Amino acid sequence: MSAPGPARSVAPRGLALAHLWVAFGLFAVGSLLGLFQLLARERVVAVPAATYYQSMTLHGVIQAFVLTTFFIVGFGYFVTATSLSRPVLWPRLAWLGYFTMLVGTVLAALSIASGASTVLYTFYPPMIAHWTFYAGAALLLVGSLPWTVTTIAMTARWKRENPNQPVPLAQFGMASCAILWAWTLVGVVVEVVFQLLPVSLGLSGTVDVGLARTLFSWTLHPIVYFWLIPAYVALYTIVPKAAGGYLFSDEAGRIVFVMLLVFSLPIGLHHVFLDPEQAAGWKLLHALGTFLVALPTLLTGFTVSASLETAGRLRGGRGLFGWIGKLPWREPVALGGILALVTLLPGGFGGLVNASYALNVMVHNTAWITAHFHLIFGGAVVLVYFASAYALWPRLTGRRLASRGAAALQLWLWFVGMLTLTVPWHSLGLLWMPRRIAFAPYDPQIVARWQPYSGVMIVGGGMLVVSAVLFVANLLASHRSRPEMPEPMTYAETLEPVVRVPALLNGFTVWNWLLLALMTISWAYPIGQFFFIGVHKALPWGVR
Amino acid sequence: MSVHPVERRWFWISTLLVVAMGVLIVYTAAAMRIHPPSNVETIDSTRLHLNPEFAEDRLGVESRADGSVVVRLVMARYSVHPQEITVPAGTPLVIRAASADVLHGLHVAGTNIGTQVVPGYVSEVHTTISLESVAKVGVVNADGSVTVPLYCNEYCGPGHQSMWGRVKVMRP
Repeated sequence: MSAPGPARSVAPRGLALAHLWVAFGLFAVGSLLGLFQLLARERVVAVPAATYYQSMTLHGVIQAFVLTTFFIVGFGYFVTATSLSRPVLWPRLAWLGYFTMLVGTVLAALSIASGASTVLYTFYPPMIAHWTFYAGAALLLVGSLPWTVTTIAMTARWKRENPNQPVPLAQFGMASCAILWAWTLVGVVVEVVFQLLPVSLGLSGTVDVGLARTLFSWTLHPIVYFWLIPAYVALYTIVPKAAGGYLFSDEAGRIVFVMLLVFSLPIGLHHVFLDPEQAAGWKLLHALGTFLVALPTLLTGFTVSASLETAGRLRGGRGLFGWIGKLPWREPVALGGILALVTLLPGGFGGLVNASYALNVMVHNTAWITAHFHLIFGGAVVLVYFASAYALWPRLTGRRLASRGAAALQLWLWFVGMLTLTVPWHSLGLLWMPRRIAFAPYDPQIVARWQPYSGVMIVGGGMLVVSAVLFVANLLASHRSRPEMPEPMTYAETLEPVVRVPALLNGFTVWNWLLLALMTISWAYPIGQFFFIGVHKALPWGVR
Repeated sequence: MSVHPVERRWFWISTLLVVAMGVLIVYTAAAMRIHPPSNVETIDSTRLHLNPEFAEDRLGVESRADGSVVVRLVMARYSVHPQEITVPAGTPLVIRAASADVLHGLHVAGTNIGTQVVPGYVSEVHTTISLESVAKVGVVNADGSVTVPLYCNEYCGPGHQSMWGRVKVMRP
């Protein structure tokens, strides 16, 4: 690992807090909208369908794009500065990025609030939103580029100044995240800038829907790993230490981050398995790639569990399972990591079902899908975001966490609430309930079978809202709690000290070239075909 | 670089698991011919009303000489045309659907009839409906037939939830 430095002084406190507060503040609003939608769908509160979909657009944009991007950039700057023991390279550029993202978020939010951009967070053409929606989305994405560039540049500089030294694992993970993000953005940025913005501004009269959907599917899978990698960074390098243990293997972490980068990009066509514009062979190729990306998660489950086991045994745990009870269940950072790991199991299983080429048709666009990503993203990933916030906050504010008890309660509430929400939700999908419906006007015999499950979901949604409010209130109160000189941020040490790692696991040059080759194989024809199969473009349609 | 033996073992178990799932996927696709709808057939959705195949009098159920049945559907905000169809169970069906406006989805409960309906393309699904399967989820009628809902399952605007029809499945 790097030489110990004055870590506290390099932590970008203002920058990180500014990002994290946008993320978590809007996250609380988004959670309330989620509960509102549950109540509206069951007609507990009566609202027009258009209001339901408007709320859903805002909920999706906030939780999937705003919470994630702001959290990752803020968390990323913090991890990069503290793990490399040096200040953020270009602070002015970082703030420029922050305000660009903020302006984009406000623009998109106002656009959605006006009712002219009810296109949900997937904004599938040829339904076209007001141009401010796409402009806002583009600014949010573009505003994250300074972070991408800074993360890569700081890693490269550190390597130059520390030849033959392994890049700290936390930073290796964040670098893989930044590189992945650059690749990921290509699809959606091309779609928004060259297709959707021109149509929404009236500069173009038609839109190639097949091309747009294919470009969006380029982004749709790796974006999930952009959200996930920072959570894995925390699981590998923050959680084991908080639990009082060691990281089981540094190399395994590196292999996992490389795999996530290389495997998650060339496989996006599994999002359009049921689309008529792509041929079966290409879908099958991407389906097989999708199974490969299960590998890094299986490895992560092992390594993080083994790391927690070292903690449990150091704390006096004996026997095959005795170490589990000895884990520090009251320590919020460790608890969040443990609960996330548990959530990853059923969430990952659901993902394998979705990825199954032939089985997918049974669950496609049913409630099963929304249940799946709420469980794995809203459950596993967001739990690690909470745990990371609890680890970072004292170091960002110079004050102790207002209430560790409330933090633990909040994490349990979120975990139980998310399972209460998503288990019946999965069942609804298997009972053929479509996703994204404002209410269920179908034959009463069919709807009657859904109602008990929907009722349980509302209970889960209520628990989640209480948990979200508790989380934000605790962070807020921590700005006024007792000042405490925090320990400098350090990351988990490995069982065996890491002296050297192979060059392949200390950089990304070779992997980027491999990725270029894989992307060419996977996407050249599926995208290129639209220029010679004789497509008929579609006319743009409004949101009503 | 050191990799713990237990870790090495887990790596190979995981790899084996993933490869086994991949082999199963390829097997079901190749041997059982289970594929998602992937016909890459273009159509001009802006002039769908002038397309001879999707003219109103050609929509709905048509029996072919070889005993198979073709069902043609047009999906447009916020209805499915025709709204009700009757098809035989245990008979090879070909569903051909096209959109007249935005993106739609087509899903028939209790069956594997599922496809996105993308403007500019004809979606084609080949299947055979099992009466037992639909009876588990649908409404069983007095004559032994079963009615199941046909949903638009892709958000298409504020009337989306009301865009649905019925499929009546008869004994063959």
